[in-house]
Amino acid sequence: MASFIKAISYHLPEAVVSNEDLVGEFPEWSVDKIAKKVGVNQRHVVSKDQCASDIAEQAARKLFAESGIDKSCVDFVLLCTQSPDYFLPTTACLLQERLGLSTHCGALDFNLGCSGFVYGLALSKGLIDSGIAKNVLLITAETYSKHFHHLDKGNRTIFGDAATATLVSTEGFAEIKEFDLGTDGTGANNLIVKSGAMRHREKFEDISFDKSGNPLSSDHLYMNGSEIFNFTLETVPELVGNVIEKNGLNNDSVDLYVFHQANKYMLDCLFDLMEIEEEKAFVYMSEVGNTVSSTIPIALCEAKKEHKLVGNVLIAGFGVGYSWGGCILNCK
Amino acid sequence: MDINQFVQDFADCFDDTDASEFTPELNFKQLEEWSSLSGLGIIAMCKKKCGIKITGAEIMEADTIKDVYDLVMSKAN
Repeated sequence: MASFIKAISYHLPEAVVSNEDLVGEFPEWSVDKIAKKVGVNQRHVVSKDQCASDIAEQAARKLFAESGIDKSCVDFVLLCTQSPDYFLPTTACLLQERLGLSTHCGALDFNLGCSGFVYGLALSKGLIDSGIAKNVLLITAETYSKHFHHLDKGNRTIFGDAATATLVSTEGFAEIKEFDLGTDGTGANNLIVKSGAMRHREKFEDISFDKSGNPLSSDHLYMNGSEIFNFTLETVPELVGNVIEKNGLNNDSVDLYVFHQANKYMLDCLFDLMEIEEEKAFVYMSEVGNTVSSTIPIALCEAKKEHKLVGNVLIAGFGVGYSWGGCILNCK
Repeated sequence: MDINQFVQDFADCFDDTDASEFTPELNFKQLEEWSSLSGLGIIAMCKKKCGIKITGAEIMEADTIKDVYDLVMSKAN
């Protein structure tokens, strides 16, 4: 049985941090210039009392309202997040109740970052192809802003919070074709929040500052930008090649590339390295930033609005873990 | 690749600094335009033009463009 994306919607939290806001906080830093390079004008962030489940619920409600899909058809909920409400219970179980979904639907969380949407599609396809489920509600919801030190101007410039909801079903506008997935745990320490979970329950309280004045803290999100950049340059071209090969395509038969929207600078480097023409490279991040697992579904939503989701669309997610994955969406 | 071509490719990683300022001896981290993003540009340039992977830490250890060039050449051989 084939699996399809039937509908996608997304939700952005109300509060907006503009580049002007950041310049106000960091007058010594040319944030405006850097923001221009990373391609982000503004980002949305959750409030102190807003959690992943809250924005996830809003995204799912929007999906049902915009698509007219009856929520009673949902027989599985997959939630991708690295900022769950609790250690337990599973946030997807909370969402079953809050969305008024059937008690006969399965629900689980999975913990991935920028590759999460692709893995969610792979899991959804597995559930549908095996006959376990017919309508999978795949939600991505991330609130990285809660992981940042307030003085971490670099990450606060790049990242934004968001949630998306996708219905994967036996029919729809985009058939989910073949995947290529990969993992390399040697990169774990290059994008990490060290304390808070079971390995280091207590805070380290070890903050220091690098030469550029950026805080380094085991109690907040740490990203080694240059190592992540190198990982991306090494991995993504091979990933894309593998996806094309596994789908029996060639470079010319891919109509649109929708990569994880890490930052514009990195995307431009990748497109340049892989010689992908500008008209085939979809970018949507200036008003939302890097929303982790939500960047690809948000970009797909926007590409659909622009009538660009036609033919073979190659999606590729890559990041924290390291984890990466890609597939072809054959769009009507 | 000879060092003059490398210096030119290095200069292309920067938007605001005049190309004439770039010499093998330039201490590039002293440029007003220097940022961690410039470092990413240099990593990408070395990968694309020379097929060589260098790290952010190696760039931070280098002082001059020639230091980066020597590093790339040592990895190429």
